Amino acid sequence: MIKVSGLTKDYGSRRAIQNLNFDCQQGEIVGFLGPNGAGKTTTMRILTGYMPPTDGEALVAGYDVVEESLEVRRRVGYLPETVPLYHDMVVFDYLKYMGELRHIPNVDDRVDEALDMVGLINRSNGYIGNLSKGMKQRVGLAQALLHRPEVLILDEPTIGLDPGQVVEVRELIREIGKERTVLLSTHLLNEAQNLCDRVLIINKGKIVAEDTTENLQARLLGAERVVVRVRGEADELAETVKSVKGVRKVESLEDGGVEFEFASGKDLRPEVARQVVKDGYDLLELRPLGMSLEEIFLELTGNEGRK
Amino acid sequence: MKNIWTIAKREYDNYFNGPLAYVVMLAVLLPMGIYFSLILFYSSQQAMFGGGAAPDIQPVTGLFAFLMIFLSPALTMRLLSDEARMGTLELLLTAPVRDSELVVGKWLGAMLFILTTLLVTLVYPLVLNNLVDPHIDWLATLSSYIGLILLCGAMLALGVGISAMFSNQFASFFVTLGLLFFLYFMIGLPASLLPQAGEVFNYISIQNPFDQMNAGTITLGGLAYYISLISLGLFVGTTAIEIRRWR
Repeated sequence: MIKVSGLTKDYGSRRAIQNLNFDCQQGEIVGFLGPNGAGKTTTMRILTGYMPPTDGEALVAGYDVVEESLEVRRRVGYLPETVPLYHDMVVFDYLKYMGELRHIPNVDDRVDEALDMVGLINRSNGYIGNLSKGMKQRVGLAQALLHRPEVLILDEPTIGLDPGQVVEVRELIREIGKERTVLLSTHLLNEAQNLCDRVLIINKGKIVAEDTTENLQARLLGAERVVVRVRGEADELAETVKSVKGVRKVESLEDGGVEFEFASGKDLRPEVARQVVKDGYDLLELRPLGMSLEEIFLELTGNEGRK
Repeated sequence: MKNIWTIAKREYDNYFNGPLAYVVMLAVLLPMGIYFSLILFYSSQQAMFGGGAAPDIQPVTGLFAFLMIFLSPALTMRLLSDEARMGTLELLLTAPVRDSELVVGKWLGAMLFILTTLLVTLVYPLVLNNLVDPHIDWLATLSSYIGLILLCGAMLALGVGISAMFSNQFASFFVTLGLLFFLYFMIGLPASLLPQAGEVFNYISIQNPFDQMNAGTITLGGLAYYISLISLGLFVGTTAIEIRRWR
């Protein structure tokens, strides 16, 4: 549904994105992850037909974003980063206006439907200026959903929402993502982790990693790390763990636990458990330490970013 | 075409959402009403002494044209500048609307507002018609109003074009005001200063064709001039929006 090849955009002499290549399939939620200023918004603006790229091409729903911009715009729902709303308009009128610009039939019913989806149906007669930030965000989302677009592009959709609303909006995005394509940007890693089928990590205008969240973890680690804990004092526990064949990098933790690592694919936990019990310990915990997306993210981008 | 109408309709409603519509109408109708009354008093006084010509509507429509130099920038400054500043332009530029439709829609919205105001000013010829004998010259009045519509259309189109260039509405206001002032009063000046060939400046004054139409003479040149200005303003606006995209 989205196909991007060699996409480059310069702002004056500054290169915002450089030679991006990726695609998104129908029924897929793709997360666009990166620090501020990495080029997420620029890419999204190109994909929505807001501005043309300097070089390269992008196809959305089979149409070129430059040559067939209007066709693309008909099929895309877009929630920009700064939710653009007319503060002196009533919620319903605003959505109706946007609906009329998109030639939606039975626009009144569709506005109600969209407001219902984002849970704002009871505020449809209120002025947009009087809504809270989270509600404004949801009006923006309703605007993006109004014409039932094939492709939904959301720039930081859950920013400014309270935790309850975040859960609701994510649920909504997940629901939409079952049939349509969703590309969302975020710098919240847990959001990408539990919402997206696939993650693109972008830094300084380049894609530095692209994979499913699970694969990203596995690929970066190349190994699995496990922590083991037993009841009572266990000075010799590290020695016990070391004695299992294939175990590497054994470290004793301050709280008495022991961390160790083994090559991915060869799960050594049963062997370790057996050995620990055999040596007379009461095994309390044997827990895999998946590398969180935070760590992966920092690994890929942060080392430069933090300095 | 439907998009143009949708945008125009919203702009028209938007004028009445805030105070702008009422302020502008007050600023036009109050001076016009006072001026109209004064003309009536003066003419009736003259008539009592057995002299003077019957009053006509020209001075009142002329005043409207003059006031529009100041009011059309106020009407157009917001149209695209504010959308750019508020970020709502991003919304319109990613909706399936052509840039030209957007600009023409904005212009048409302002135009509809001016047409509404002009409709209200029709009370003056109607009142005058009941006071003078036999009747006022309705064809001349029609010519005055055609002149006003074209003049306002040109002024608003230039204003919309300038509004598309700036993200700051006050910049739009003052640039438009300066341009209209120049085109109305100053561009014709060399005509009387230059020893020869100065007349050409009369042809590019925004005031001259209107003065002719207000006096009852519609020329093809005048029509073509205003229609060209309207096209120019809307073209500049569309180009400014396109440039915004490429920046």
